[in-house]
Formats: sequence, structure tokens, C-alpha cells
Amino acid sequence: MLKLKSPHEVKELQLCLEASETTRPCISVCAGSGCCASGAENVLQALRRELEKRGLQGTIDVKSTGCHGFCEKGPVMIVWPEKVFYNGVSQSDAKDIVNSVTNGHKPVEKLLYKDPNTGQRVLHEHDVPFYARQQRILFGNNGKIDPKDIRDYIKVGGYSALGKVLTDFSREQVVEAVKRSGLRGRGGAGFPTGMKWEALRRSTVRPRYIVCNADEGDPGAFMDRSLLEGNPHSVIEGLIIGAYALEAEQAYVYVRAEYPLAVEHLHAAIEQARTAGLLGENILGSGMDFRIHLVQGAGAFVCGEETALLASIEGRVGEPHPRPPYPVQKGLWGKPTVINNVKTWASVPVIINKGADWYASIGTERSKGTMVFSLVGKINNTGLVEVPMGVTLREMIYEIGGGIPKEKKLKAIQIGGPSGGCIPASMIDLPIDYEALTQAGSMMGSGGMVVMDEDTCMVDVARYFMEFLEEESCGKCFPCREGTQRLKEILNRISRGKGEESDLDLLDDAGWMIKETSLCGLGQTAPNPVLSTLRYFRDEYLTHIREKRCPAKVCRELIVYQIDETICDGCHACVRVCASDAVLGEKDKPHKIDSGKCIKCGACLEVCQPKAVLVH
Amino acid sequence: MPHVEMEKVEPLLEQYEPQRINLIPILQDVQETYRYLPQEVLRRISQKLRVPLTEVYQVATFYRCFSLVPRGKHVIQVCLGTACHVRGAPRVLDRILLDLKMAGPGTTNDLQFTVETVRCIGCCGLAPVARVDNKNTHPHLTQAKVGGLLKKYQDKAEASRTAKPDEASHAEA
Repeated sequence: MLKLKSPHEVKELQLCLEASETTRPCISVCAGSGCCASGAENVLQALRRELEKRGLQGTIDVKSTGCHGFCEKGPVMIVWPEKVFYNGVSQSDAKDIVNSVTNGHKPVEKLLYKDPNTGQRVLHEHDVPFYARQQRILFGNNGKIDPKDIRDYIKVGGYSALGKVLTDFSREQVVEAVKRSGLRGRGGAGFPTGMKWEALRRSTVRPRYIVCNADEGDPGAFMDRSLLEGNPHSVIEGLIIGAYALEAEQAYVYVRAEYPLAVEHLHAAIEQARTAGLLGENILGSGMDFRIHLVQGAGAFVCGEETALLASIEGRVGEPHPRPPYPVQKGLWGKPTVINNVKTWASVPVIINKGADWYASIGTERSKGTMVFSLVGKINNTGLVEVPMGVTLREMIYEIGGGIPKEKKLKAIQIGGPSGGCIPASMIDLPIDYEALTQAGSMMGSGGMVVMDEDTCMVDVARYFMEFLEEESCGKCFPCREGTQRLKEILNRISRGKGEESDLDLLDDAGWMIKETSLCGLGQTAPNPVLSTLRYFRDEYLTHIREKRCPAKVCRELIVYQIDETICDGCHACVRVCASDAVLGEKDKPHKIDSGKCIKCGACLEVCQPKAVLVH
Repeated sequence: MPHVEMEKVEPLLEQYEPQRINLIPILQDVQETYRYLPQEVLRRISQKLRVPLTEVYQVATFYRCFSLVPRGKHVIQVCLGTACHVRGAPRVLDRILLDLKMAGPGTTNDLQFTVETVRCIGCCGLAPVARVDNKNTHPHLTQAKVGGLLKKYQDKAEASRTAKPDEASHAEA
């Protein structure tokens, strides 16, 4: 691609790309990490082979795009221009799909989404209930563009916000727009982005740095990954606009190494932006110089904390340091630094293009814009969801998420990763915004939302998070290092039926102590999963302690597996799968479990068709 | 400890400016090349970057993705993210360890497999998942699928020695 020399040339290129767009049908296949794991690569290959075999390569395009969000139904695809949405596609469907395009777009019925409530097939993506309630201002382009082709991004208006800023905005006006939009940090704490930028601008120290925090370490969260995989240029454009406003010449993007595809796409996008004259020296003839460095994390959850992240970029161990000084005062190599999350940076071009007031009109009084959640766990429609701030949990779970599988009852919703908390089903009408969630003992966090049903044990969930945090605590400060260990020990004790009632007070006391005295955000929020489950599910803790019973039948030392001999048909499936040879009995005769040998792995329960395996 | 091919280090170091900021990227390259961080190589990096060996060691032991002992030919990362946890990942992990006769995550004696846990690889929609060799993601795992998964990566000779025939045939079902 030729180097673009002015904002005007970006505009011209966009018009030219739009004009050259043919009416050629295009099959855009989601090739995000989720769909790839479901076989999207094979589908892409099969489609290309089919087109080649029939000499249709020039007539029908095939495009591999970023994540469309509906991971549950992957691989998914959209056939343009009719916008027909297919889900659960496999490579053997390639022929039918190509046939349908050549035969006047008669859709392939069996690949259309089937509404589980009405049983009706749905033709278009925007009519699928999962998408219908969303407002996709950050993720909307994911299904349209090839993340590895900068021209696709420019065609949908990409880099026009940068052009606008370079021609019409002073640096102060950009900061003012971000401030007026009400945008708050999407990484967790929700600090107003405009205020952070303003604080940096007050500093006279040079050079200044900007950093994109893409160390998405929360288990159960993958929004940042999907955005970097699917639309890396939107983040790059946000960074360039930020660099202009903040007079920074270098940016660092810190990405988790566990996200190889995101790293690959971002790397390619940075290269393309450089070739196109959007990065490097004299960007679009404006005289502005700016470079982006890509840094890969090395597997440490604490590096999502901003001071630890900066230490890691500098090549040191990722240990946090006390704030103040804040990074805007003393950041990378002691210089003023602004750190924002991936989605925060990607929101900036949207705010510039559509206007701060438009952005501020979405959401609630104090939480503006949209928030992206990864809706996962015991939910029918797993995937990425972008909704205006303020929608209720009920809308999320039942309208977008399609409810709980297997007619089970909703028990709790865990929001905000290990720093967040569990909100009970009784609070389902809670609106999702920063303040409401914090008040409920949880937090927005980066947007992980894990749905839990009646088969989930809340003591086990608290124990799980504490195990995670104990492992990931960097060990620098005492309250977090020792405190998370003690909490884990107490929870382990309770889940083994060896807890005492006084343990609950101990959990509470120690929890608050850790919150108040830890050095960084990791420790200050670490007890949240314990405190929130104690607050809402105290009875469940008490059942473990008093009755030595796990109501959800999860805690291994409190359950026994048995076979109901009246139901068992002797199919031998459990015998084959048993890891400890604990299932006894001849084929075609009812089996028995030797509880002395049983290691309670639950494999028999998984495979038993007639549901003869019981858990007590 | 296997013999360390030191001749691979210099070309690798050449790609970077000898500055501290490049310590982690260099260690990542070394980890990929050798499948662990050999002591001799750490000494060389310390010398070249002028970073004390104690600090190189500190970084090498702080981050999860580095290992000071050789890792297996295939690295199985079992995701223990929240979504995978509530959908049964701990049981899948136990089954993998049991089948490989391991007491806990680590490397098999024959250096065929390293089993490690990761906290979310972002495929929560397909939980529980495991990723092998950083590229192949195996979705919707159950204990019954574990045998087949391991068999796929086992060397042919290895496979005939360790896999139980009835289990292997059942696993694909």
C-alpha cells in the first residue's frame, strides 16, 4: 500500500475503496480464537476449495474476520450482501453454502439460527435475540473487516477520526471531548479517562509515554483479546489520537502471551499502519512522530496492575509499587505515562467521530457509553456482548444470554473476575453500572460475567478464586501474600467438612484487613469473592460446616457416588471410563460403585445415558 | 540435563539491542528455542545485557511462562479459568494427570508431555478447553475425551506402550 500523506488522502482512499466495492457476494467467516477451536479454519479451507473447484474464485469472495461474538454457536459466518447469518457450520456444509449463493441466495435452512423459544429459523444476525438487544459500537465492525487488511478498516471509516483530529482539533479539544464524553477506564476501576489525560498534560516533564493495557488476565474474560484479534486498527487509531492529545512519541502495548492470535494480528496491523504513513515520522504530513511497541507478557496476573505492568515493560519482575506517585506523575522510566485499557483506547475514535455528546447520551448518569462483557459459564448463549451501561442483569441473562441450560435454576452471577464478587439471583434486576455493582459487593472489572446455576457450590467458587489469587500474589506485601494463603486454608477446611462456625468471622475479619492494608489493587480486591459469597450465601457455608454437606454436590470430600440399580442397564460405559476401576458388575447387569476405590472424579456421571449415577 | 547447544544463543541475542528492556523478550525466545532456560544461557544473557545474574534469575522465576527445567515435547495447557472451572475443568485435569501417571502438573519422565494449568485462554464459550503446543485448542473436553487427546500427540512407539487399548478406542466416542 502507498504511503498516505494527508488526512485528505485517507478520505480519498476511503471513497475509492467504497466505490470499488462490487456487489460480489462475500462469505465472511469468523476466525476468532473461539470459532477456530470449533473448526473455522477447516470451514474456510473447504469454502476456498469448493470455489476453486467450480472456478468461482472471482465471483464469490471468502473473508476471514475477527470474532463475531457468538462463540457458543461457532463457527459462525455472514453471507453478504444479503447478510444471511449461519451458525454451527462445518466443512461439509461448504458445498451447500456455495450452492445457495449461486442459486439466487436461497438460504441453507439447517444452518440458520433456530430460536429455542419459538423454534423458528432466523435469517439475519440482527434478528437473533443474542444480537438484537446489543449496541455494538466497538465490536460492530468485527464481522465486516479482515483484521489483516488495513484497507478494510479504512473502508468502514477507519482513521477518519484521526484525520479529523489532525485537521480540526487542538490537543486540548481532544482531551475536552474525551472528558465530556464521560468515558471511564474500561480496565476495571472506572477512573474518568479525560481526567487522567488532563493530569498528564499538566506535567512539564518529557518525554511522555502512553500504554495500552492488554494484559487481560481475568479468568472468564476475553473481550480485549477479541478486539485485538478482530479490529486491531481501532486500538491503534485510538493510541495515535491519544498520542496527539498528550504529546507522546511512543506507546507500548502490553499483550498477554497466552493470546498468540491477538499478538499476530496486532503486529501485522502496526506494520501496515507504518507502511501507510499512519505511524512513524510526520504522520499524515502533520509533523507528528509516533511509534508503537508491542510487548508480550510472560504469564503473571499481577501485571494487569498498572505499576506492575510498567515494571514488566522495563524488563523487571512485575511487582507493583505504592501510589502516589501515579503513573501520570512517574511512570515508565520515571516519566509521565498514561495507561488505558484496550477498549478505552478503541472508544476514542468513536467519540471523536460521533461526538462526545452522542457518546454521553448512551448509558446511565455516571456510567457512559457501552460496556463489553464476556458472558460465560452456565448460560445458553455464551459469547461477547456489547450493551449500553445500565441494562439489567435480567436482560443480560435471559434476553441476550437465552437463560440457563437444562432448565436449571440461576444461582449467582460472578462479575469482575477475581477482584469482583458474586451477585445472587435475587438481585437480577440490578442495573449494570460502576456504582451499582460496587455497592452490591462486586465490581465492573474488565467485564467478565460468569453465570452460575444451582450445581455450582459457592464455597468452591470462593476457594477457586482464593487459590488463583494466592498463586498470583506477587508476594511483595505481607497482607496479600499471607492473607490470601490463610483465606485459602480456611476455605479448604470448610469444603472438606472440617470448618467451624467461628471460621466465618475469621474469613470476614481477615478479608477486611487484607482489603484495607494491601499494597496494590490485587490485594485490595482479593477478598471480594469470599466476602460477597459470605454476604449472600452464608447458609451454604453453614451447611458445609454444620451438616458436613455440599448442597450443590461439588465438594468432593462431602459427596458419595452411587448407582441406582433399578435404573442401570449395565451398558458398561461407566466401567470403561472409570479411572480407578471402582465400578463393579458384569455387562448387561446392574453395576455398583466400590466407594473405597472411588476417587469421585465424576467420569461415570458424565457418560451415564440412563442417568443411573447418583450423587449424595 | 541435556547438552546445551550454545551456538544457538548468539544469533538469537544479535536480534536485540543489549538493553534491559529486551530481557523478557530474549528469555521468551530462549524458552521457545530450548523449551527451557538453561543455566549457561542465562549466564551469557546476564553478561551481554550487563544485568546481574541474580536479577535475570529473579525475572526467570517470577513469570509463569519460563521454566528452568526442560519441558516436554508437547505442552498441554489445561485452562482453569472460571468458566472452565464451573464446567468441570478440574476433573479433566485430574484425568490427564492420572493417564500420564503424574502426581501434579509438570513434565513426564520421558519428556513427551508437559502438563500445566493456565488461567483462561479466552475460549470460555467452549469450556472446558485445553490447548496443546500453543496452537491446537480442544473444546468441550470431558474425561472420556482425554484418552483420545493424549493419543493424538503421543509418539507412535510411545502410544502402543502406554495407552490402554479399550480406553483409546472408546475415547473418540
